[in-house]
Amino acid sequence: MEHTVDYAPATGVLSGIWLLVAIPMVSSAILLLLGKRADKWGHWLGVLSVAASFVLGLIFFIKLGGLAADQRSAELSLFDFIDVGSLKVDFGLLFDPLAGVFVLLITGVGSLIHLYAVGYMDHDPGRRRFFAYFNLFVAAMLLLVLGNNYVMLYFGWEGVGVASYLLISFWYTRPSAATAGKKAFLMNRVGDAGLAIGVFLMFTTLGSTQYADVFSGVSSLSATTVLILGLLLLLGACGKSGQFPLQAWLPDAMEGPTPVSALIHAATMVTAGVYLIARSNPIFTANETLQLVVVSVGALTLLIGCIIGAAKDDIKRVLAWSTVSQIGYMFLGVGLGGAAYGLAIVHLLAHGFFKANMFLGAGSVMHGMNDQVDIRRFGGLSKYMRITWLTFATGWLAIIGIPPLSGFFSKEPIIAAAFELETTWQAWVFGSAALVGAGLTAFYMTRLFVLTFHGPERYTEEIKHPHESPAIMTIPLILLAIGSIGAGWVMSTSVPEWLSPVFGAEQAEAHGVLSHNMITILSLVVTVLGAGLAWALFRKGTALEPQPAGIVVTAARRNLYTDAINEAVFERPGIYLTRALVYLDGKGIDGLVNGLAAGVGGGSGRLRRLQTGFVRSYALSMLTGAMLVVGAFLAIQLGWLA
Amino acid sequence: MGELKLPPIDYGALAPMLILFGVACVGVLVEVLVPRKSRNVVQLALTLLGVVAAFVVLVINRDIRVVTIGGAVAIDGPTIFLQGAILVLGAMSLLLIGERQVEAGGAFVAQAAVVVGSEKDNRQSVSQPGLTEVFPLTAFALGGMLLFVAANDLLTMFVALEVFSLPLYLLCALARRRRLLSQEAALKYFLLGSYASAFFLFGIALLYGFAGGVQLSVIHEAVAAPQRSELLLYGGLALVAIGLLFKSALAPFHVWTPDVYQGAPTPITAFMAACTKVAAFGALLRVLYVAFEGVRWDFQPVLGTIAALTMLTGAILAVTQTDMKRLLAYSSIANAGYLMVGVLALSEDGLSSTMFYLVAYGFAVLAAFAIVSLVRDSDGEATHLSRWAGIGRKSPLLAGVFTFILLAFAGIPLTSGFTAKFAVFGAAVEGGQTWLVIFGVVTSMLIAFPYLRVVVLMWLSEPGESTPAVSIPGFLTSVALGVGVVVTVALGVVPAPLIDLTREASQFIR
Repeated sequence: MEHTVDYAPATGVLSGIWLLVAIPMVSSAILLLLGKRADKWGHWLGVLSVAASFVLGLIFFIKLGGLAADQRSAELSLFDFIDVGSLKVDFGLLFDPLAGVFVLLITGVGSLIHLYAVGYMDHDPGRRRFFAYFNLFVAAMLLLVLGNNYVMLYFGWEGVGVASYLLISFWYTRPSAATAGKKAFLMNRVGDAGLAIGVFLMFTTLGSTQYADVFSGVSSLSATTVLILGLLLLLGACGKSGQFPLQAWLPDAMEGPTPVSALIHAATMVTAGVYLIARSNPIFTANETLQLVVVSVGALTLLIGCIIGAAKDDIKRVLAWSTVSQIGYMFLGVGLGGAAYGLAIVHLLAHGFFKANMFLGAGSVMHGMNDQVDIRRFGGLSKYMRITWLTFATGWLAIIGIPPLSGFFSKEPIIAAAFELETTWQAWVFGSAALVGAGLTAFYMTRLFVLTFHGPERYTEEIKHPHESPAIMTIPLILLAIGSIGAGWVMSTSVPEWLSPVFGAEQAEAHGVLSHNMITILSLVVTVLGAGLAWALFRKGTALEPQPAGIVVTAARRNLYTDAINEAVFERPGIYLTRALVYLDGKGIDGLVNGLAAGVGGGSGRLRRLQTGFVRSYALSMLTGAMLVVGAFLAIQLGWLA
Repeated sequence: MGELKLPPIDYGALAPMLILFGVACVGVLVEVLVPRKSRNVVQLALTLLGVVAAFVVLVINRDIRVVTIGGAVAIDGPTIFLQGAILVLGAMSLLLIGERQVEAGGAFVAQAAVVVGSEKDNRQSVSQPGLTEVFPLTAFALGGMLLFVAANDLLTMFVALEVFSLPLYLLCALARRRRLLSQEAALKYFLLGSYASAFFLFGIALLYGFAGGVQLSVIHEAVAAPQRSELLLYGGLALVAIGLLFKSALAPFHVWTPDVYQGAPTPITAFMAACTKVAAFGALLRVLYVAFEGVRWDFQPVLGTIAALTMLTGAILAVTQTDMKRLLAYSSIANAGYLMVGVLALSEDGLSSTMFYLVAYGFAVLAAFAIVSLVRDSDGEATHLSRWAGIGRKSPLLAGVFTFILLAFAGIPLTSGFTAKFAVFGAAVEGGQTWLVIFGVVTSMLIAFPYLRVVVLMWLSEPGESTPAVSIPGFLTSVALGVGVVVTVALGVVPAPLIDLTREASQFIR
């Protein structure tokens, strides 16, 4: 299949797309450089810069929509970033339909969360620093989605990583926050290394890292190369998006302030992996094995996330595992290929709204409950926090997929698409996994909702009056709730069509092992069953202490032993390897080096005696040298040395 | 007897040399005519002016490619580049030589003939201004060096060798402090230099016997189609090479270097380390590339062994040095080895990278000796390493600059030392001399140790009672030091312009 990709150059208004990245970047720099002097107004600058990017993004988006479908892209080359030998990397941006929806998600949801954070971080002495990092994150994330080559993407990728580590350990005096930051950093390095090697591989095999060149060149690569390249990119995607086997850092990342969890670890950054795969769709579509691997990772992760999420008692960790699980759905979608790419992006956008909504809701609950995070210690909060309760309810109904809220329009088509896989066993395996996942999601999310907002009050002693949050926090909640209700329905048809220039036109209706209506009914049934079961179990509250449990629950409480596996497979051998190397270094290499140094020193001391200071001995050594040189030449001439 | 025919002479092409010899002669007159008080200023201005004028003419002449005075002098790319390098480095050396603020009267003795240690000697060392004959002597030396790198026949080369060597022998003897050491150094240099010249001259005789002429082009033709015994060729080549290896300070003909570098007045040491190196390697390049290219396979292994031996000797002996000037002398020996690696690439790349190295090293070593001249106490320069302990605490700027220069010598990236080593090693690998590059890299690591030891000494040791105060550099030294450091940075960061220049200049003519 000969398939060339190119992008139209940016003209007119669209040549200003660099402003999207530049505004939050400058704002971040100002906040960091001015230091304490910006403490009074710094947070407003932070909010404004993201809002400005959103407005600009909207203008560009509308402008892009005005172009003909096959011209709907704008590539802007700013300067030569790297130009060494045959390696040429452009500092270039690309604004196309895919980048466009991401820009709107990042800056739109970003603006709301920035606004919320003004209230949430009100009493924190580090608020300006927080906004500086937050702006830095937005700038890096925009660079990630706007780059027109893989090096730019990597640049943004590491940028969001840095912002993420900084924000996870924002309260760095807490050991748990510092450790979580380190854990995120280490696990991400594994993925980042994969992505970096993937980019190197592109350069060695295709001689370029520009999207246009890479995608046009994929057809010239051997199947093995494509497979390796895809697996490396997938490793990077798994690291950033918290997918199996690199999922363990994401729940720990909840040590950061809640707005961070909402923006970075739910709505945007963790979906970068999905973006990477969607952006690289020509690579992933080119190899079926690769697609199967992506689908398997997605299906496995979505189940792991559901199971562990059902056993956790920390409100933010339940949400975090649910993020892991929902991104699993998106991976499943992008792995299925074809029309499902668009479905995965729809789910990603819808998830951005309802998950941000719920995280902010959780933040609001914590705000009113003296930073309590244990759902066993909540209950009956619907009376005290009407707005939080209602908005959270929309998020809850959206994620479990009750029509007509957004999750129904975004998740159900992915389940259906899984059942439409060409190979029958695959259709059954992955379709069922997605279906079971839907039921489990309904169960643990209902558990979370009921334990938090209904049932008897189980507060700890010191909490007398749970209270609603101020307007600056509830307004973003309401706006996000509206998004959670309406976004799915609006986007379910428009977005796949909008994205068709990137993913190719929609294919004809496929026929799966089950009919479409059947799947819709089945998924509604399992959802209602899951939700009903949870409601019945937790309506009257729950035990305050962990109860003895069976194997499955115990395993789930311990994150399905994934941490233990990491420790056994990577950490222990790593520690032993380091120890062995330190020993080797101490005894072997240092010994060698010291010995060598002593040898050189000794030799030097002995040779030095030849430098007697007597001109006669100098002359003698010159004469000897001269005789040797002449002798050597004559020997060559006579053929002795030849 | 036929009529004596004068060969045509291209005065324009020879003008830089003529200017310098003229300035030197005028300088001798100035000694007689100008009163003692103002002599220093007049002489410095005159000599500098001469050097600048010569450089300007050289720039105007940059496209001239001619063999003139009956084949005695070749003006070609390498000649012009190397003459330019000698003039620029020479001008910087003159700044150091002309410095009178760091020490009352300057670095030179007032009356060289006064008995060391006598009453008169004590008096002159404290108060009287130094000899100004150093300027015409330097001008003669510079003129000789210019001729040395342009000489196209071996006799002219010999004359040029003597023209620049004799003033250097004298200059070495003129230190204001530690005069005995200085005179001893000069005598050693003179004796051994004469000894080496004798080898050189005997080599010329043998080559004349072989080729029937002393012109490099004649020898080249004779090498291609030998008419006489090749014993004469190889014997002559070996002996001529020995003469040049002596001036370049390659082992085992380096023995004079530490003693002379230590004893000579520091500005003269700097002058020798920078300019003599350029001149000596310029002549070596010309002789090997122009006359003996045809027997390259025969001399490559022998000279390669010498290069390896030189790198090893310089690096290993630098480790145990306790005197800063001797340490820098051994460093200069090791660098001569690296230069030889570039020479032995025997390609245009080898030529251009060697020329690049010469310039890069010249600037760095000038800066290094400029700093040595500043670390002093009431008895003059404090060159013993122990005196440098903790100097970073007392004068962080100077210690920082010296650290940078040492890192450049060690070949750390972003300094000229790295780009220069990279260039010669690259050329040598291309030229099939990988084994020399391996030697080069290993010895670079060895010699990094003494450099870093000095860095550690300067920064991490406590300043002792005996740590001397660092003098505030005078204007002239500041300029020389500043230029040296800036060029060392610039050649490390943007080496391309100079590399391009050396590439354009990498064609010998015969």
